[in-house]
Amino acid sequence: MPIVIWQLIFFVFPLIFLVVLSFWLVKNYRMVPGFDTINWVKMFSKGYFWDAYWRTLGYAGVATLVTSILAFPCAFALAFKVSPKVRRWALFFLIVPFFTSYLVRTYSWQIFLNDNGIFNTLFAFVGLGPFQLLNNFFGTLVGYLTLCLPLVVVLQLISLANVDRTLIEAAHNLGCGRLRTVFQVIIPLAKIGIILGAVFTFILTFGDFVSPYYLGGSKPPTLSILIIDTTKSGQQWPRAAVVAIVMIVTLLTIMFASVAAAYRKRS
Amino acid sequence: MSKGASKNLLLRGYVVLVFIFVFTPIVTSFIFSVNSDRFPTIPLGHFTTHWYETIFADPDVWDAFRVSGIVSITVATLSTFIGFCTAYTDYRYKFTGKALYLSLALLPPTIPLVIMGLAMLALLARINMSGEIYSIVVSHVVLCSPFAMAVIRMRLAQINPDLESAAWNLGASNWRAMREVIVPFCRPAIASAFCLTAAVSFDEFAVAWFVSGLNKTVPVIILEILQGNTDPQINAIGSIVFITSMTLVILAQLILMRKTINQTATGI
Repeated sequence: MPIVIWQLIFFVFPLIFLVVLSFWLVKNYRMVPGFDTINWVKMFSKGYFWDAYWRTLGYAGVATLVTSILAFPCAFALAFKVSPKVRRWALFFLIVPFFTSYLVRTYSWQIFLNDNGIFNTLFAFVGLGPFQLLNNFFGTLVGYLTLCLPLVVVLQLISLANVDRTLIEAAHNLGCGRLRTVFQVIIPLAKIGIILGAVFTFILTFGDFVSPYYLGGSKPPTLSILIIDTTKSGQQWPRAAVVAIVMIVTLLTIMFASVAAAYRKRS
Repeated sequence: MSKGASKNLLLRGYVVLVFIFVFTPIVTSFIFSVNSDRFPTIPLGHFTTHWYETIFADPDVWDAFRVSGIVSITVATLSTFIGFCTAYTDYRYKFTGKALYLSLALLPPTIPLVIMGLAMLALLARINMSGEIYSIVVSHVVLCSPFAMAVIRMRLAQINPDLESAAWNLGASNWRAMREVIVPFCRPAIASAFCLTAAVSFDEFAVAWFVSGLNKTVPVIILEILQGNTDPQINAIGSIVFITSMTLVILAQLILMRKTINQTATGI
């Protein structure tokens, strides 16, 4: 049982310590152990904290929706319209991006999206632009898609590939149209993969700081940027801990709700 | 019929588009790592190895590669071992609290890295363990062992449970059955878990950034360059990191495929 001990010491314990830390005080730039709810009260009364909270939630929600919708036709085509050999290669190439540095990919997008970047140069050729593509939500969203799209396609693809083909044929034979088959037969059957993909996107984008920072321009901040700012510059670790705990609670709530929805029997 | 065909064409075109989106940043990074212009624009400048020379002349970069190397190999060894033990425990035993045990084993990837970084830093700083190479190792093992566990557990699911019982019946002790039946059967999965966790650790920047102090890993260096100005060195370092990680992953895949070619073929 070494993992239990290891995870208890280095996973559960740090998180518990974070909770304890959120009740400590900072005096003269030093943390003093104590039990004071001031950090919680202070953070919850700050307008910028709630702004950041709803903003992060909104960003992650939009990213989840957009990624899932953009991924589906691709996963669908790979599951039903190509040979198994192509599918295996596609799967391999979808896994490759996980092992390239996310930071370097983000930097590449900066080259494309900045005001004198490649896209705006191309737009200028045809007499358009310049458009602001960086330092706004569009930039952030591109980063989120870079992070999540391959993963979501893979998860949806695995679920779709396991859909029983005879059920689709049965639907066709019973006179069900193509589009209706997709929405009423295939999507419900592949529900687990679709929800799993959405949950992963939500988790990743909710906690990510790279895209909102380097492509979204870091202002206004998301919760993870708030954590970094509070820790790195302000020495206000207890307040960063408050933000972190709020994030974990939010994530766990959403995760359990979605997993419950994914595995609920269809009525 | 032609309507269906054009729809299929549209779908295929869409798939190609998705792949272009996914690979554009990766390919771009390669291209600009050998491009002479300091500020990356089109048209491109001429071919140069200048940025590679710059980073190879930089002792900080060498140091980062050294730290990253030490960290990822240590992390891979530890998390593969822990992952194997967890997977085997899950495979072999039924016990109360197993659900809790499994969620403990698999939960770490769902906690945002920034939060893990903050929590690890807060704790390690308190017990004077932060800012060292082993601080990164400890944090990365927490993040990586779930991956190792998943890979090895999938392999264990393919084992014939009678094999181990047969070994016991023939008089092998628990340990001997483990050593001569289970471990050889899992060897490809163990090797591939090792490569995967090494790659994950080699790429991880958020937690490493929080706990590393002066012992910077390669991704932490990238992060710091990113915070400064436009600098094609990022592309050069990134390309080297990419090649390192990909070598590990392809190695893992080859090892896994050679042994389990039939299972993977029917897997999906």
